Amino acid sequence: MLASLLLQRLAPYKTHVLAIVLLQLVQTGATLLLPTFNAKIVDDGLVAGNSEVILRLGAWMLVLTVIQVLAAVLAGYLGAIVAMKVGRGLRQELFDKIHSLPDQDVAAFGPASLVVRTTNDVLQLQNITVLVFSMLVAAPVMGIGGVILAVEQDFALSWIVFAIVPVLLIIMLLIVRKLVPLYREGQGLVDRINGVLREQILGTAIIRAFVRQPFEMKRFEAANDALTKNNLRSARIVAAMLPLVMTVVNLSSAGVVWLGGHRIIAGDMKLGALTAFIAYIMQILLAIMMAMYVLSTAPRAAVSAERVTEVLNTESEMVLPANTAGGMVVGPSQAEGLRFDNVVFAYPGAETPVLDSITFHAAPGTTTAVIGSTGSGKSTIVSLVPRLLEASSGSISLDGRDIAAVPLAALRNQLAVVPQEAWLFRGTIAENLRISLPSATDSQLWHALETAQAADFVNELPQGLETTLSQGGAGLSGGQRQRLCIARAILRPASVYLFDDSFSALDTVTEAKLRAALEPELRGATVIIVAQRVNTVVSANQILLIDEGRLVANGTHDELLGSSETYREIVASQLETEEAA
Amino acid sequence: MSSESELLAVTGKPSRSLLRLVGLMKPARGVMTAAILCICGFVTLNVAAPKILGDATDVIAATVFGAQFNTGRFVSLLLVAAAMYCVTALLSWAQGRLNALAVQRLAHDLREAVEAKLHRLPVAYYDGRSRGDVLSRATNDLDNVSQTLNQLLSQLLTSTLMVIGSLGMMLLLSPLLAVVSLLAVPVSALASIIVTRRSQKYFVRQWETTGDVNSLVEETATGHETIKLFNVQPAMAVRFAAHNDGLYAASSKAQFASGLLVPLMGFVSNASYVGVAIVGALQFLAGAMTIGGIQAFIQFNRLFSQPLGQIGGMAQVLQSCAVSASRVFELLDAAELTGEPAEPGVGARADAGSSFDARFDAPSGRVAFERISFSYRPDAPLIEDLSFHVEPGQTVAIVGHTGAGKTTLVSLLMRFHELGSGRITIDGVDIAGMGRDPLRRNFGVVLQDPWIFTGTIRENIEYGLPGASDAEIVAAAEASHVDHFVRSLPNGYSTMLSNGGEPLSQGQRQLLSIARARLSGRPILILDEATSSVDTRTEVLIRQAMHRLRSNKTSFVIAHRLSTIRDADLILVMDHGRIVEHGTHHSLLELGGHYARLHEAQFAAGGGELAAMPVRSAKHRASQGEREAS
Repeated sequence: MLASLLLQRLAPYKTHVLAIVLLQLVQTGATLLLPTFNAKIVDDGLVAGNSEVILRLGAWMLVLTVIQVLAAVLAGYLGAIVAMKVGRGLRQELFDKIHSLPDQDVAAFGPASLVVRTTNDVLQLQNITVLVFSMLVAAPVMGIGGVILAVEQDFALSWIVFAIVPVLLIIMLLIVRKLVPLYREGQGLVDRINGVLREQILGTAIIRAFVRQPFEMKRFEAANDALTKNNLRSARIVAAMLPLVMTVVNLSSAGVVWLGGHRIIAGDMKLGALTAFIAYIMQILLAIMMAMYVLSTAPRAAVSAERVTEVLNTESEMVLPANTAGGMVVGPSQAEGLRFDNVVFAYPGAETPVLDSITFHAAPGTTTAVIGSTGSGKSTIVSLVPRLLEASSGSISLDGRDIAAVPLAALRNQLAVVPQEAWLFRGTIAENLRISLPSATDSQLWHALETAQAADFVNELPQGLETTLSQGGAGLSGGQRQRLCIARAILRPASVYLFDDSFSALDTVTEAKLRAALEPELRGATVIIVAQRVNTVVSANQILLIDEGRLVANGTHDELLGSSETYREIVASQLETEEAA
Repeated sequence: MSSESELLAVTGKPSRSLLRLVGLMKPARGVMTAAILCICGFVTLNVAAPKILGDATDVIAATVFGAQFNTGRFVSLLLVAAAMYCVTALLSWAQGRLNALAVQRLAHDLREAVEAKLHRLPVAYYDGRSRGDVLSRATNDLDNVSQTLNQLLSQLLTSTLMVIGSLGMMLLLSPLLAVVSLLAVPVSALASIIVTRRSQKYFVRQWETTGDVNSLVEETATGHETIKLFNVQPAMAVRFAAHNDGLYAASSKAQFASGLLVPLMGFVSNASYVGVAIVGALQFLAGAMTIGGIQAFIQFNRLFSQPLGQIGGMAQVLQSCAVSASRVFELLDAAELTGEPAEPGVGARADAGSSFDARFDAPSGRVAFERISFSYRPDAPLIEDLSFHVEPGQTVAIVGHTGAGKTTLVSLLMRFHELGSGRITIDGVDIAGMGRDPLRRNFGVVLQDPWIFTGTIRENIEYGLPGASDAEIVAAAEASHVDHFVRSLPNGYSTMLSNGGEPLSQGQRQLLSIARARLSGRPILILDEATSSVDTRTEVLIRQAMHRLRSNKTSFVIAHRLSTIRDADLILVMDHGRIVEHGTHHSLLELGGHYARLHEAQFAAGGGELAAMPVRSAKHRASQGEREAS
């Protein structure tokens, strides 16, 4: 997962990557040659007593170090650029993806998780890319180069190298294999701790009201202990890693002196080769340590890669479902309003559909109210119209055209929706309203605010329309947010206006005024209102009564009072007359 | 204890936070001392071993120049070196384990302290700032501190001691060569200062732009639906691209600048290696040094310059650790709740003293608000001179516009906030004198936002009364209309709830919190918009059940829907922090004021028709009958 994601992301930067590899070759090569020169200084300079050779070779060594640093700096520069470009590309793609996902997928991931995926997880991937460029590319060169040069220095001694390399590799493999699952588990435990803390911060009032702080502390302690235990286990393994590797390397350098010493005495080997040989064993050690470091950070990056890929691989909502392209007659639109024909909606894999065989027609110039119990499927009806959800079967048409055959943007531009959760963005009130109609003038904004019964409180704000709202409209009351969202929706000319339980946070006096003001504004359009309160729906041209996903009654308030027991129960639960008491 | 208060006084600067972190390691004093001893031993042996190997090389070199091969000395030197290396490894392993133990203990304790702090902070603390920020300090920053400490502590100690030890050995071997090596110190120090300064600037910008990207993603993901409905994706994508480019520019510069350090340090170390090789060779020719000495010196030079470079690199990590630590300490140092008596009841009233607890085993639930005033900000008084009292068993309803101060009133009762002036009494005892926890044990609470923690449905209901039996839980669930939907779930009461209550709907979550409050059996009930997301038919059923539950309990009910509260014994109509009207449903309607207007707006439509309606639901009649009976 990690490797394939990185390979795929690096593909556009082939030349850069190639240049980095070459530069790393140069800089490692230069580093590797230094001990060879040193050996020459010992043999040709020291032993021969030639100070001219010492200075000449010394000058060459200096040149080598300059080449080495230049190559390393340039490789670092290119590496930083490529890694950060990969990160930028991933973030942009994630962002675009998030906004093409169906609503329920966004909800399933959750905003907090999406934020972590776009920033922190991408950061992890950036970091590992940098590491791969700086260490993983150099490590094999340094390791293999070290082996070759060691063999070249003295072939007979080199069996030591061939003996320790597999030992080191096995140690490394065993440790990484132990660490990976531990790191993975640790990541999950960190998530758990964060989850508990998050709940505690959100639930402060309830926790204190029920005086359950001790319980919460215990809950946290369990998570905390588990994390500490896990961290300790991985830290212990890491603590064993370095000493093990060092022992192998150090003992083998003692072995080199032992065996090399005897070969030198026998005249089979030069003195300088001994120093060089030890230096190369150190280089091999360094290469293995570098590789190990990269590999030990890999598990974390691998988890990040999975999390990023998961989002990128989630299917986007369909702009135009493929199967409707052929048979659909995309004729000119007629002002026919909204029509549901045998619409069924079920979540994939669910046993019972949320909505079952819903059929109704909402004509232009009329108001259709939708009422029913919590969880009856009312809001789903609203979500189907802008295709936030796709109907499982049946068809929905707007002005005579199947909405599945209309491109999403065109469809949504015809609609004005006030969602159940009033959401406002950071920015001024004016900016928030203009989301709906960018060309709106200030007087249009004020008119919409007046209709939505929001003009008064906006007027009272010191900066009026230019008041800056914080994210989500925090600082405003629920009712104020709802009214701003209503103003935003009615600002745009649309053929269908949908209100999803949009008056719930308003007190009844305000709601009555608002509905009275709305009526002339929306005349001629198709209006759909989802509501809990009977007085919201009482004047509608038709009321759809939804119960457990089915349309159980359809008619005016008076008709339903006569025909529907369920409707009467709803009314009775809200309108208790004086004489009954 | 005194050391802790000392530590608490040290706040503010990041560098001070580091000192404070070190101070927090005091409980692990023994472990740390052992670790440092191990590191000292490790460094000494590590520094001595190359010297021994160098001596062994000299034995061989001597034969090259014609001397007799000294086998005994050669073998014993090698054996000593090998033994030293083995002990070195053992010491390094031991110090790694000890360090891990100390760091993990510190991280564990720090997390525990932060969590405990969350429970001691005043509720107003959470009102005042974004919860995301508090959460971020408690999680991200704390995580950063523990991870960096884990990496740094032993490295920093080892590196420092290594630099000192190898410097000492170099001076011992050849003062001249040591001076050549020391030339590297100012060069590498200068390089790391320049690089760190530059990269620090870019790192700060990188974290700032990350914050921008963060909040835009958070905001747009939360407002996802709205963005789609109004087709704002293109505009948002442009905004995101701008932030993203900013982050790219800052992070690539930061990465490059900080990445410079490694090759630069490598260069300095290589250059000094070359210098040592040349000068050493010339020294040898002049007869001032042996070959083994040069070889050992080269190794010391590495042992000296490598950790020096590492220390430079660690400075950056240390910086980020310090910033995070100071953010955590800021949270830990936030002012805590005040006015908590050492023991419940003490100071409540001079004569109340010990009899208080006994009385509160079964408080009658008489509540009086006496001339209370309160404001969140001094310049904007919210509640002024408000008084009312409630008899035991009565139901008080509070109605009024959003922002009228309804929720504030009950949070004052629960002492989430403290009064500006006046007092609130329960059974005649001032609540300001009770401990907060003993006070709150009197309340069963349901709030508008039902809080569900990750756990089973059973655990969430049991929250109200720890240790309740299954039968009690089911009884509470049945009475709150939770039982039937729970039974329709595949795992029933063992269904796991997560993410704030998934897979339950908002209404079902509210019902669940009602069951929790019901189970608690506390004498005073507080229902703050407890059924706002429940449909009205279900609400009627709950109301009946509540009515039974309330019969011998004092209740405070806040609701928008007037139908929810119409049978209350006392209705308080609030406006701008004052009680503008009070009375029963009937008396208030007759008054024809504020309440009557609210009522008219809510019930205007269809009321008359309904009066004429012959059919009335059986359930509804039942509730009416019950009300009359009580």
